[in-house]
Amino acid sequence: MANTPISVTVDQVTYEDDVEPRTLLVQYLREQLGKTGTLIGCDTTNCGACTVHLDGQSVKSCTMFAVQADGHDVTTIEGLAQDGDLHPMQQAFHEKHALQCGFCTPGMIMQSIALLQENPNPTEQEVREGLEGNLCRCTGYQNIVAAVQAAAGAGSAAGTQSEEGAA
Amino acid sequence: MIPTKFAYEAPTSVEDALRLLGEAGDEGKILAGGMSLIPVLKLRLAGPEVLIDLGKIEDLRGIREDGDALVIGAMTPHHVVAHDPLVEQHAGLIAAASKTVADPQVRHRGTFGGGLVHADPAGDLPAPALAMGAEFVVAGPGGTRTVPASEFFVDLFTTAVGEDEILTHVRIPKHTGWGSSYKKFTRVAQQWSIVAVAATVRVENGTIAEAQIGLTNMGSTPIRPAAVEQALVGVSLDEAAVAAATASVAEGTTPPSDTNGDADYRRHLAGVLTKRAVLTAAGA
Ligand SMILES: Cc1cc2nc3c(=O)[nH]c(=O)nc-3n(C[C@H](O)[C@H](O)[C@H](O)COP(=O)(O)OP(=O)(O)OC[C@H]3O[C@@H](n4cnc5c(N)ncnc54)[C@H](O)[C@@H]3O)c2cc1C
Ligand code: FES
Ligand code: FES
Repeated sequence: MANTPISVTVDQVTYEDDVEPRTLLVQYLREQLGKTGTLIGCDTTNCGACTVHLDGQSVKSCTMFAVQADGHDVTTIEGLAQDGDLHPMQQAFHEKHALQCGFCTPGMIMQSIALLQENPNPTEQEVREGLEGNLCRCTGYQNIVAAVQAAAGAGSAAGTQSEEGAA
Repeated sequence: MIPTKFAYEAPTSVEDALRLLGEAGDEGKILAGGMSLIPVLKLRLAGPEVLIDLGKIEDLRGIREDGDALVIGAMTPHHVVAHDPLVEQHAGLIAAASKTVADPQVRHRGTFGGGLVHADPAGDLPAPALAMGAEFVVAGPGGTRTVPASEFFVDLFTTAVGEDEILTHVRIPKHTGWGSSYKKFTRVAQQWSIVAVAATVRVENGTIAEAQIGLTNMGSTPIRPAAVEQALVGVSLDEAAVAAATASVAEGTTPPSDTNGDADYRRHLAGVLTKRAVLTAAGA
């Protein structure tokens, strides 16, 4: 069946591509654009490792087709750092040692940024609920929650999206 | 896991979507948020030849007032419904239930209409919609018809929406000033309801004047326990009195038995959760 033309902005670069409709967004990002920073964990919409932002909102890129991103703006973990400076949420994960193997980390960071956008001053319980769709097999979540709270305490910049999209 | 091949259509109007759906016949499938459908396609439990994505139809998105009803577009994401001030004010039960669906990422994509048409017995939107007396606006080749909630949920994963039809909007009668509560019982994060109870209640002079209730996952379709709603009228906001009026809520239900609990456990839960939901909704 025919490929479908799409125009999609990923990490501030606009791509015009032809994709097979059944191509998952995560596949497109990793295999066609080479953005392997976004990971596939479960492939069943449960673990959140594949989380990216679509027009500034967190979504699971294993459960979306690339064609559905046509005309939209995607930010991946690779689009957060600016000129070599880590995004405040990346910095907070680094400082609080919020990872062990690191597999969940790209998705955790993308969801944590989305969480602070919607709720800039979350309680510990709200952080845990906001990360409900992201699984970590290593850390026991303690330091991840601490990192998000530290980033929230550090001010509004942690919930911003660098120069993502029109933001 | 990659789905089987399909052709992709992204119409910008309901008319075009209906035409494409008609042309595809048995091989066409509507794609809304994809949070239920895409996992099914990836597991190859279904393999439609044409997917018709409603994502570019602006008319199907958004929430507006229309006289004594709220009209919610089928393609409005759970996240938007959950935080919309009009929904909060006039249909608090719908907001409360939408907040409990899945996880934040799924709520950003999954839609109000999708959650209703999918009609999973453990889904969190059908019981609140039934309890509130929603009306479903369904467009088809022969025009538009309105289906009352009592006729919408037909069976497990089956609604009154035909293969050649599209749910466009849902009308929720305003329940301004009513309290509401959705008590969802789960044991782990991001879980589907083992049982949940939806209640919206109007209190007058310290007693319950009206109560509307819906049960999630207590049978193949959501259930509205009319006898309990009647028994609650005139009851004071007192735990023992509410418990007595709601004790029989599971009578006549046939909930499933599975690894999360057997049918008797679910019947017990329904009683406990109904009491709690009514008390919370009544502000007691
Ligand atoms: C990890 C995970 C956890 C979840 N947990 C919950 C939960 O706790 N509670 C809960 O309620 N749901 C849960 N869901 C499901 C979620 O709510 C879905 O959003 C919802 O069930 C389907 O909505 P959708 O917009 O994604 O529809 P889709 O997946 O796009 O479609 C679902 C079905 O409905 C049909 N359809 C959709 N919209 C229309 C329309 N307007 N007209 C005609 N047909 C239509 C489609 O053809 C398809 O058959 C979960 C999903 C995931 C992935
Ligand atoms: S890989 Fe997408 S949710 Fe796990
Ligand atoms: S650090 Fe290993 S899965 Fe989270």
